[in-house]
Amino acid sequence: MKVLVTVKEVATVEDDFEISGTEIEERFLDYDLNEWDDYAVEEAVQLAEAGDDVEVVAVTIGPERSEETIRMALAKGADRAVRVWDDAIADVELLDVETKAELLGAVVEAEDPDLVFSGVQANDDSFGATGVALAETVGFEWAAVVNALDTEHVLDEGVASLRRELEGGIEELTDVELPAVLAIQTGINEPRYASLRGIRQAQSKEIDVQSLDDLGVGADDVASSLDVTAMYEPETESEAQYLDGDAGEQAAKLADVLTELGVVGE
Amino acid sequence: MTAVLVVADHRRGDLRDVSLELLSAGRDLADAAGGDLHVAVISGNVESFAETLNREGVDRIHTVAHGEEFNHDVYVQALTALAADLAPEFIVVPNSVNGLDYAPAVATRLDRPYVSDAVGLDYADGTLEVTREMYGSKVETTADVADGPFAVSIRGGEWPPAEGIGDAEVSEFDVDVDEDAVRSKVKGFEEVGGGDVDISDADFLVSIGRGIEEEENLELVEKLAEVTGATLSSSRPIVDNGWLPKNRQVGQSGKQVTPDVYLAVGISGAVQHVAGMKGADTIIAVNTDPNAPIFDIADYGIVGNLFDVVPALIEAFGGEPPSV
Repeated sequence: MKVLVTVKEVATVEDDFEISGTEIEERFLDYDLNEWDDYAVEEAVQLAEAGDDVEVVAVTIGPERSEETIRMALAKGADRAVRVWDDAIADVELLDVETKAELLGAVVEAEDPDLVFSGVQANDDSFGATGVALAETVGFEWAAVVNALDTEHVLDEGVASLRRELEGGIEELTDVELPAVLAIQTGINEPRYASLRGIRQAQSKEIDVQSLDDLGVGADDVASSLDVTAMYEPETESEAQYLDGDAGEQAAKLADVLTELGVVGE
Repeated sequence: MTAVLVVADHRRGDLRDVSLELLSAGRDLADAAGGDLHVAVISGNVESFAETLNREGVDRIHTVAHGEEFNHDVYVQALTALAADLAPEFIVVPNSVNGLDYAPAVATRLDRPYVSDAVGLDYADGTLEVTREMYGSKVETTADVADGPFAVSIRGGEWPPAEGIGDAEVSEFDVDVDEDAVRSKVKGFEEVGGGDVDISDADFLVSIGRGIEEEENLELVEKLAEVTGATLSSSRPIVDNGWLPKNRQVGQSGKQVTPDVYLAVGISGAVQHVAGMKGADTIIAVNTDPNAPIFDIADYGIVGNLFDVVPALIEAFGGEPPSV
């Protein structure tokens, strides 16, 4: 069995930052593996550990800098890594869902996996759509917002018995035929830390860089349908009464508030 | 002319609130584009749903009776057929868990650009401008979407629910569902984590978020809950980390709570969390980041470090703070 995991390097923003045009200035950004994808990687690695002959391939769309992130997937147990990049992609300000599905779809065609794990969403652009769009692009079945997967059943039966986390503390129990894309929700497992040995080994692994030509994707296919016209900090609507002072004074004022509200004391 | 097709959301026999909000978002777009507002309601008791969806401004409701509950393969087939029939300029769906499960596939199959989780939509002179949040709600962006027809999902709670009684034409839309293409089977539902405590019954919740940093530090808020007689709850990351059981989680995918007082400690106030606790009578927030969105809905705010404020608060109520 082969499992492809889509991972994304996302920018995280410091508490205080400045916007320049339609972007946050680079000096206020840090880069990290997308939180949801961390769980997707873990789910794939756990499947590999539970079954014989399961290969895990991590794929990302990103510039050279993102190799650091995809090496995290290797360090945690992925067998191979593919990075998709091209000057034509670098020129796009915000990759839309169709483009990502198109590019990842070309990798799926080449790799022919039985399962694809993606994170439910990325915490930078928050589209929450790439996994399902990818499934439709390549003709796979899918499930979004998966928070439990019966590993043995997948390996033995070729059916993904899973739970989807709905709103309000309700879970849906669903069976999905393979091949399938599962969009993985946080909390499905406990992502491992990469071991020092894993990190060292990952450093020496080669990352397979694929261009648009390599994937047989035309430059026109990566033209985004989205043109970002403005970026700004949302206006604060706070009407909160702030309790000032040092921590002791703040706590004393808060204690008074709680007592006045009648939920504590007496 | 069909301008807009919106898709209602329902579960276990009830329409979800976002369904009526979709009607308002859809009506605005239909007015801007000059055309009719159509509604699709698929699976379940479609006739009863159609009655509720028949609000002012709705022109036509299409019912697709197929199965009791949501199945994304059925939704994709039904919506593809409806879109072929109606050729709507806009398909508008909820950014709900079910919306996430069918909308990207529908947009892909119809070759439409898809923009998710809109908090604002503006259409003028053939251009659709979508307002979205990025980087965990730290920024808002506006983006123009290239040539339609368009597919967008909207965030719940951002549009008012449609009101009044409408005079829409309700008709059955017959979809010849290809059962071979239905490769997912919904087998049932389960409520998660009953547990020993029902946080939705509590009058006073002390709720902890990512700001607690380490599991060991939980002792601090547990002590606070103990000395104040509060019930302990949390935001999602705490439950994801396995530090508290699922039945303590407040938010969209957890419990909805309506206590007299909700004390949010080290919780930034992501939209998914706020959805679960905005009904509290009084909201108090303690956070180091003065720009944290939790302060937008708080009645009282403390900009400060929880590791300084909480021990002082425990002492203020005569307790002895644990050393963490």
